[in-house]
Order: sequence, then C-alpha cells, then structure tokens
Amino acid sequence: MPITYTSQEQVEVYRFSAPAAILIPLVALFLQAFVPLRFPFFAIFDLPLLVTIFFSVVRRSPVTGLLTGSVIGLLQDSLTHNPIGLYGIAKTVVGYGASSLGVRLDVENAGARLLLTLFFYMVHEIVYFLVGRGLVGLTAHPSWAYELGAAFANAVLAVLLFAALDKFKQRT
Amino acid sequence: MENLISRYRNVTVLVAILFAQVLGLAVQVKRSSENESTRLIRVWVVNAITPFEKGIVGLQGGARNLWRNYFYLRGVRQENHDLKQQIEHLRLEQVRLNEDAEQARRLQALLGFKEQFISQTLPAQVIGSSGSEQSRSIYIDKGSHDGVKQDMAVITADGVIGKVLRVFVTTSQVLLIDDQTSGVGAILEKSRLQGVLRGTPAGEIVLEKVTADETIQPGEKVLTSGGDQVFPKGLPVGTVTKVSTGADLFLNVRVKPAANLSKLEEVLVITKKEERMPSVAATGGARAVDILAQRLPSVPDKAAEEPKKQSPAAAAVSPQVGTNKAKAQSSGSSPKPIESNSQAGSVQDVKIIPGPGAAVTAAKPASGDAKIKLPGVKSAGSTIVKPATEQKPVPQPLRVSDKITKPPASAPKPETTEPARNQAAPDQPKPSQPATQPATPPQEEPVPQENKPQ
Repeated sequence: MPITYTSQEQVEVYRFSAPAAILIPLVALFLQAFVPLRFPFFAIFDLPLLVTIFFSVVRRSPVTGLLTGSVIGLLQDSLTHNPIGLYGIAKTVVGYGASSLGVRLDVENAGARLLLTLFFYMVHEIVYFLVGRGLVGLTAHPSWAYELGAAFANAVLAVLLFAALDKFKQRT
Repeated sequence: MENLISRYRNVTVLVAILFAQVLGLAVQVKRSSENESTRLIRVWVVNAITPFEKGIVGLQGGARNLWRNYFYLRGVRQENHDLKQQIEHLRLEQVRLNEDAEQARRLQALLGFKEQFISQTLPAQVIGSSGSEQSRSIYIDKGSHDGVKQDMAVITADGVIGKVLRVFVTTSQVLLIDDQTSGVGAILEKSRLQGVLRGTPAGEIVLEKVTADETIQPGEKVLTSGGDQVFPKGLPVGTVTKVSTGADLFLNVRVKPAANLSKLEEVLVITKKEERMPSVAATGGARAVDILAQRLPSVPDKAAEEPKKQSPAAAAVSPQVGTNKAKAQSSGSSPKPIESNSQAGSVQDVKIIPGPGAAVTAAKPASGDAKIKLPGVKSAGSTIVKPATEQKPVPQPLRVSDKITKPPASAPKPETTEPARNQAAPDQPKPSQPATQPATPPQEEPVPQENKPQ
C-alpha cells in the first residue's frame, strides 16, 4: 500500500475557492438528507464525514480541519432530533486527526484514502457513541459488525468522491 | 504561557473547540428538560436545506404527473374496468363493515365508552430526512403556518408512522416510530395485550412490556391503544413477526411496521381529534334490550309490524315514542308513528324508575338528565330520565313488542311495572290498539307495559 511518510516541505497544501468551500459541505448535507428518502440504502453513507476528511486532509492544517469538522458536524446535528453537538464533537476530532495525519502522510493515492476513511469512520462512530452515552444519555447500542461494513462502504465511496473533489483543489 | 499556547496552538484550538461544544451540549441537555431548546441554528439549517428539497420534490412531482397524466396512459381502460370491479367488491364489504361498526358503536354507547375520532387531517409531503441512522426522523412540507403542532400524530393509509417533534414555519420534523426515542402505546388485535412500541438501534420495532407468560402468535396485528394520548385508538401499526423471550420476564416481540418507513412520500397529519361518546342517533336509537333481543332466536323481529300494532301504552314505554309523545304534548298535535332514526339528537337508553304510580322508559338528550312529562302517567307527573350508565340493575328490561304479550311463565313478574299497571288498569286498552291513534289527554292515557325478560 503506497502510504509514504513525507517531510513537511514535501507536502503540497491546497486551498479551495470560497464557493466550493461553502457549497460542497452544503450539497453533502442536502444529499445526505434527501437521497435516503428515495434510496434507503444510502443512509449507510456519511457524506458530511467524507467531506470533512477530504477538506482536512487536503488543507493539511489542523486548526482549519477541526473548524471544518466542527461546522459541518453542527450543521448535520441540526437536521437530527438529537442535541446539537454530537456530530460536531465527533467531526471536530476527525477533522483534527485527518489534517494532522495529512501533514505527515501522503494521502493522495486511492489506497491511502481508503484506509484513512476506514479508520476515521470508526473513530467518528466511537467518539459519537461515547459522547452520546456519556453526555447525552443516548441508549444506542452500536453493532460493530454493521459499523465495520458501513466503514468499508464509506471508504469505497470516499475514493470515488475524493477523486471528483480533487478538481476543486487549488494550489496555494 | 503564551509560548506554551503558541507552541501547542493546534491542540489548544482543538481543546477549546471541543470544550465549547461540550458546554453547548450540556446547556442543551439542561435546557431541553425545561422545554427550551437551541432552536436558532436548527431553524437556519432547516430553512437553508428544505427549500431545495421542496423544489426538487415539486419538480419530481410535476414531471411524474406530466408523465402519468399525459403520456403514460397505456392500459388505463383495463385498469378502469378492474377498478370498477374492485369498487363493487369494496361496496359490498363496506356494507358489511358498516353493519359491524354500527353495532360496535351502539354497544360502546351503551357501555359508556369514550372514543377518539380523527376529525381533521392535513396531507403533507415528505421532503427530507435527518440523514442519520441515529436519528430516524423526516421532514414534511407543512409547518405552523398550516396548523401543525407538536405531538400531532402522523399516519399514512397503511398505518402510523410517527409524531410531530418540531414545528417550523413551513416545515415540521416528524419522529418515526422506529427511532429509539419514540414510544407508541400499542395493543395486539386478537390477544388484546398492551405494550409500548419502541425502535431499536438497528431500525426495528419491538413491543415492550409484555410479560412472558402471555401467548402471542406471529402474524398478529398491532394497533394503537390510544393510551399515549398522541395516536387515536385502533390505527394499524404493524404485524408481529417474531416472538422470543427477552430479559426481565418480558417477551421480545418484533413488529414489522404497517407503513414502509423507509419510503415515505405522502403522509397525513392528524390535526384534530375529538373525544366524544359514540352517538347512537346516527345509527338508530336502539336500546340495549333491542340489540340483545336481535340475537335471541326466540324473539321475533318487531321491525316490520311494530308501527301498526304498537299500543299507545307501549308507545309510551318506547324511547322513541316517548320522545314523540313529549313533542306531541308540547305542540298539541297528535303523536306520530315511531321515527326514531330521524332524531337528530343523541338518544340514550333510559330506564324505568319505579315510582308510586308509574313506570316509564323514555329517551333523553345526550347531555344531562331530563325531565319528561309523559302522557298516560297519572301519579308520576314528571319522570326523571337517567342515562343508561347510571342505571341500577333493573330486574326486567322492557321490550316493546305486540307479538310478545305475555312473558314466559317461568319469568318472574317485574316489580318495577306493577304500580303503573295497577294504576292504569281501569283504562287500559287492549294491546293491539294502534300506536297512531289520536292523542288523548294525559290523565286518560293508560300505560300498559309488556315486559319481556332478556
């Protein structure tokens, strides 16, 4: 698997135009809320999480990554009936972790992206359930086999999605 | 200190952001228990997202209508033919069901049950979902502007789907019944066992709080019990698919929802419920004795011959005639034949109260007791008419039927009617005297009463 350790100088940092930075997360949220109505299996995907990971990895700035994750997570929370902050905290952690990892690893290739998404999806779910049970008193009992399957499905989608989103990248 | 912060800037920001969110979460949890919630951000996000969803649903609906109504009309003739046949079939079934429903209403009225009726619904279109498996909720395109309120029940033609959780101006969030935080009071159709329906993390529905010593068969239908004060009683919820023994001496009853919760397009919001006593006026002012008598094979049907054979005294005993007589007395006109079904007001079963000189059964309006002065009752004057629910056990309920002029020999003589019989004896006409005879002054009208043991 071509995951290579890179020095700080070797890593390319990208940025996004303002419309892309705003619209891509919003479109992801919209699709996440709308598509499962027509295609129920789509609920297994977490597009806002994938967008968070993508932005965090490509920007390679932990602060930007955690802020991105925080905002996207809070917006996603607003669509649910659960208290606002559950997804916010989980995606903040993911944003921070993904961007920190992006600084050190070359995650431009498909294999690295697959593993990265697989890992951070599980991190996201663990944080979500821990916060939910610890702070909010959610009685959710996650099925980890199901979560693993969902993580793999999201990872596969992430490879395709990241390739599409690469077109919006701009060199700094 | 500044060096420390700048050195660990990323971690510091991370901790600060997380702390802020945890703080926000804590505030929400505290506030939500006080019926407050951080609504502003929800309103913003919902208002930002739902217009697009509405637009797409609208376009989708338009395109679908265009295709279905103008282009794709193949097989419509055959479908029309099939539908007509189906309508005929359903009409027959409707007649049968109406009979059952009427009977049920009559019996419920007699027992004094209160029913919840769906009196108003609001159709709505599903425009979005929460997009999260940890929150099984949907958004509909109707909000407070359309009269939607919190905790209103949401149903489809197939069954219950959830209740309104949050209401925005033009949209509302509906919590589905398969969410973990939802709860629906449910009752099993055949075994009449009650429990609480809850969602599971996997999106299934289980019926909780059913003790393990009960027997439940898979395939049994689950209905709303009405106990949650959200859903009216009797709405279909689902079907039992699996029964297993769970923890704490309770059964683990899995239920398949009647409505397809993963593919919802149009729903109905129950905007108005009425809780009222079932009216028997709409179904015919039948009395308990009449209803029960219909089931007794030994009692001939009185419907066809009663009007022409009924004696005036018997008419005074009948609730319908009692009403008519009271009307006739007040207006001075002659009494009319029995027309109980046309009475607008609710008529309830009443009893004969043994008085010093008379015993009378009459109809009363639905609300409150009524004093009705009855013709033919000499000593009673006015008679207090009470609803059936307040009855004390009456030894012998009355049955107005000329065919049965004598009670069976084995039947005990009713004590309640004796005073009236004794007082009316001198003027008592023959039972075959028609009920439609001209009105006589009250003091001259006899009250012969035939009692039929039930």
